[in-house]
Amino acid sequence: MVALETVIEEQVVYARPASLRDVPTHYCPGCTHGIAHRLVAEVLDELGVRERTIGVSPVGCAVFAYKYFNIDGCEAAHGRAPAMATGLKRVSPDAVVFTYQGDGDLAAIGTAEIMHVAARGENITTIFVNNAIYGMTGGQMAPTTLPGQRTKSSPTGRDVELAGFPMRMAELVGSLPGAAYVTRRSLHNVKEINKAKKAIRAAFKVQLAGMGFAMVELLSSCPTNWGLSAPEALQWIEDVMVPYYPLGDTKVADGVDALMKER
Amino acid sequence: MAKGRIEINEHTCKGCTLCVIACPQDVIVMSTDRPTAKGYYPAMLVDPEGKCTGCALCAVACPDVCITVYRQVPVRAARAEASV
Amino acid sequence: MAAELLKGNVALAEAAIRAGVEAYFGYPITPQTELLEHMAQRMPELGRAFIQAESELASINMVYGAACAGARAMTSSSSPGISLMQEGFSYIAGSEVPAVVVDVMRGGPGLGNIQPSQSDYFQVTRSAGHGDYHPIVLAPASVQEAIDLVMLAFDLADKYRHLVFVVADGLLGQMMEPAELPPMRPLHTERPDWALTGAQGRAPRIITSLELDAPALEEVNNRLQAKLRAIEEHEQRYAEQMIEDARLVIVGYGTAGRIAQTAVKQARHEGMKVGLFRPISLWPFPERRLSRLADRVDAFLVVEMNAGQMLDDVRLAAGGQVPVDFYGRTGGMVPVPEEIYQAIATLYAKLPDRLS
Repeated sequence: MVALETVIEEQVVYARPASLRDVPTHYCPGCTHGIAHRLVAEVLDELGVRERTIGVSPVGCAVFAYKYFNIDGCEAAHGRAPAMATGLKRVSPDAVVFTYQGDGDLAAIGTAEIMHVAARGENITTIFVNNAIYGMTGGQMAPTTLPGQRTKSSPTGRDVELAGFPMRMAELVGSLPGAAYVTRRSLHNVKEINKAKKAIRAAFKVQLAGMGFAMVELLSSCPTNWGLSAPEALQWIEDVMVPYYPLGDTKVADGVDALMKER
Repeated sequence: MAKGRIEINEHTCKGCTLCVIACPQDVIVMSTDRPTAKGYYPAMLVDPEGKCTGCALCAVACPDVCITVYRQVPVRAARAEASV
Repeated sequence: MAAELLKGNVALAEAAIRAGVEAYFGYPITPQTELLEHMAQRMPELGRAFIQAESELASINMVYGAACAGARAMTSSSSPGISLMQEGFSYIAGSEVPAVVVDVMRGGPGLGNIQPSQSDYFQVTRSAGHGDYHPIVLAPASVQEAIDLVMLAFDLADKYRHLVFVVADGLLGQMMEPAELPPMRPLHTERPDWALTGAQGRAPRIITSLELDAPALEEVNNRLQAKLRAIEEHEQRYAEQMIEDARLVIVGYGTAGRIAQTAVKQARHEGMKVGLFRPISLWPFPERRLSRLADRVDAFLVVEMNAGQMLDDVRLAAGGQVPVDFYGRTGGMVPVPEEIYQAIATLYAKLPDRLS
């Protein structure tokens, strides 16, 4: 006869996702690129699509993103990742294709390409890392830099008379009919990170369901170029970025809601 | 014993302190005596009172995926009784 | 298959379709827009990928993406659009994926005009983008040849994992001639073993042109250069007419070569010993044959629809052995045979008397 009893077992509750290679990254200490990468990798694992995913890397701090994911990857010219992803997806409709882009890549040089993938309703997913600055080139003003924010190319603070106002890409892209799901989340604390993961998961599910274009804008930190410690940088996102870049969905097409509710 | 414990990979930790801030039990501290090959002082678990619950908030907050989280979990397991 | 009356641009497009192109991404620009429009009709009919992209910039990057997936992909444009695409050309060449580009050249520089020219020669043969490489460049002189060279272009692109141009000009793009299209080739069913297809049951593949380690990038360049040497060895192409006893050889490609042919025939009729050398591969330049011709002719006359670009390559091949003269028109002007005949006659009269 066999009896059931309760034993205590040590289980792994959290470990590195398979879609993320076990290599050190070049990102600065506390840079939330690492969190964004990890969330994407967790979602790819959970959806079971690692082996059919192709990632398109940007030019920016994440130029080496293809070294960190355990998937096929390629390197796009600055701003052109959505166009490259379009070419990939159109000839490989069963592949899961995503772009991972920063604010220079997506909101400056790549504005045409991101608007048009959304307008065409291209069945790809874009992860947009918004840290209000150009990181890789050493901290210049970005189209997302806030009024008054000091950067290497706005040393006395962004002057809206000269440089205009920052661009809210989630709103702009969400306004296009071909966009099925566009949202803005943040990575500044654990609660927001968990919401960001749900958004990323939904964005990939939209692609799997063939529903059109999905983009997740992630408010992210750049401690090095903001001149703040890692914890201070996260606080700066909450205090200064979130008021200008409101968190939440800017586009949820019919059917996407239901998709988000299912497991 | 503690309900949970963590292992921090001291080779990839960049000493950013975000895990320290995320931990609700305050059982993670920054080391001061053993810099990594890159010159960072890694985080470490210091949990003499067994307060870690394995909640994994530290792992969620960590940008470098350095933290593996373990938890003591009750599991229904079969135990063969002595045969009659 | 029977010959039919075909417009150059349409023939270029349909030839690509017969060759098995799987994806076309392009943007309207005169004088090649009919190519895009033909693709817009035919590619969806055949279940293949077609997008009129938001710009030439987007077009070439879509081609790059499709090429990374191992699909036969192409774009087409004209001079100003080709300039826009240069960044993409460099990335494609640097990461060694195959792609085919059609350039239907027009008057420049700048916005220029929409009439025919050959003024992109330097641009496409030198590298069509930054960095050390040369695309393969093929130059048809008739609608039939355009069809044949497009078929060849895709094969060369795949064979060498390289960028291949087919350069025409506005006249060839717009003219109509009888030509035969080949039968439809079946599409490739397998993707190459370097292509991005999803890392199923294998290690991930990366396609990039980035290499921050200088010694490693030098290795990449060495590999590219070795490939280019192999292409130079095997892929020089040209056509010759009336060359055997020619004292003066006219060198012209594409439409210029074709118009020069009439002038050469007229000159022969007048008793001048002249011949025509028509490069078909602009890169690799057919310098092997041309330098041998330099051993026995008295002069070359280069005829181009530009201010003298292939002229440099002819001079290099001639190695300083014989004079190389030039006749050209720019700004979209197309020479008539009579002008070229005059240039031939004037030059021929100056040739030194041959000792018998």
